[in-house]
Formats: sequence, structure tokens, C-alpha cells
Amino acid sequence: MTEEALPLWIEVIVAALLLLSAALALGAAWGLVRLKNFFQRMHPPALVFVGASWCVTFACIIFFSAQSRGPQLHVWIIIILLSITVPVSTVLLSRAALFRGRQAGHQDLPPALHPRNARSAEEP
Amino acid sequence: MSPLLSGAIAITLVAYGVAMLVACWRVLRGPSAQDRVLALDLIYVIGMLVALVIGLRYASSMYFEAALLIALFGFVSSAAMAKFLLRGEVIE
Repeated sequence: MTEEALPLWIEVIVAALLLLSAALALGAAWGLVRLKNFFQRMHPPALVFVGASWCVTFACIIFFSAQSRGPQLHVWIIIILLSITVPVSTVLLSRAALFRGRQAGHQDLPPALHPRNARSAEEP
Repeated sequence: MSPLLSGAIAITLVAYGVAMLVACWRVLRGPSAQDRVLALDLIYVIGMLVALVIGLRYASSMYFEAALLIALFGFVSSAAMAKFLLRGEVIE
């Protein structure tokens, strides 16, 4: 592989972005273990879904653009894909958690917006 | 690959591995099913980041497609599992 030496400032930027993403991933895992409640635990993974993936994507774009001496933007698709799919799965999970919590009779959940619909949904 | 960048990549990969192990603890111990699904989703995305960083290490864009596939399968699996938790079946 013909690998030319990259300028130092590009390497410093890429390394800093990678280390920032590593710190965000560690923080997300730590929060996922330490927080008490499922609705609190839903928040730390967003550090990875948004922060770490943006950092790694920018590191890849900068690295490959500097290596090929031209813009290499294909890694951008990762961010677009994640920003479309992550809210869908997160909302589905939170709705599942609300539904299961209400069925189990937990009292610390917010009340249903439409009590009649909620009751008819729980009946069968 | 200069020692600065390869060192940063090694530290990043080790940190990702530690984060995945810590999330595995939540998968194994999680009191409810949705905790496990959430932790599995996190592990999927961190695995995708591992593929991207390895592609950066070897300066190859093949790993990018692997990362794209991992992201897609992660979304499909976690959405299917959340739907199953919501209704008891995946496709109504």
C-alpha cells in the first residue's frame, strides 16, 4: 500500500476525535449500568448514537480525504442512517416499556393520555 | 501509520471493548426485557464503530460497508424486539 505520511495536524485532529468517541462510549456504558430506572437508562446510549458516531464519522472523513487528497464523503451515510433509525427504535422501546410497566401495575408511570383506549388495549 | 494515530486507535478500540463488556453486564443482569434490548442496541452501535475504526486503521474502505450492514441489522433487530415487547408479535 502506498501510504504517504499525513500532516501532523490532521493526525492530531483524527486522534482527538477518536479519543473523544472512546470517552463517550465509556460514559454511555457506565451510565447504562449505574442509573436506577429504565427511563433514566434510556438516555446514556444517545451519547454513542449521536456523539461517538459523529466523532468517528468526522475522523473517517478527515482521514480519507487527507489520504486521497480530495473529499471522501461516503462515510456520511452512516450518520444519516443512524439519525433516521435510532429515534424509531428508541420510541418503540419507550412505548414498550410504558406498556409493560402499566400492565405490571407500576405506580410511578405517567397516566395514559386516553384512559378508555388504554383500558381496552389491556383487556384482551 | 504514525505512532500517535496507531496509539490513539489502540486506546479507542480497548475503550470500545470495555464499553461493550460493561453493556454485556446489563444484558445479562437487566431486570426487565427492555433493558436487555437497549443494551443490545448499544452493543450493536459500538460494534459498528469498531468496524469503522478498524477500517481507519488499515486505511481501507471495505470495513465501511460492513459497518453499514451492522447498523442496518442492529436497527432491524432492535425494532423487531421492541415491537415484540409492545404487542407480543412482530408483524401484525
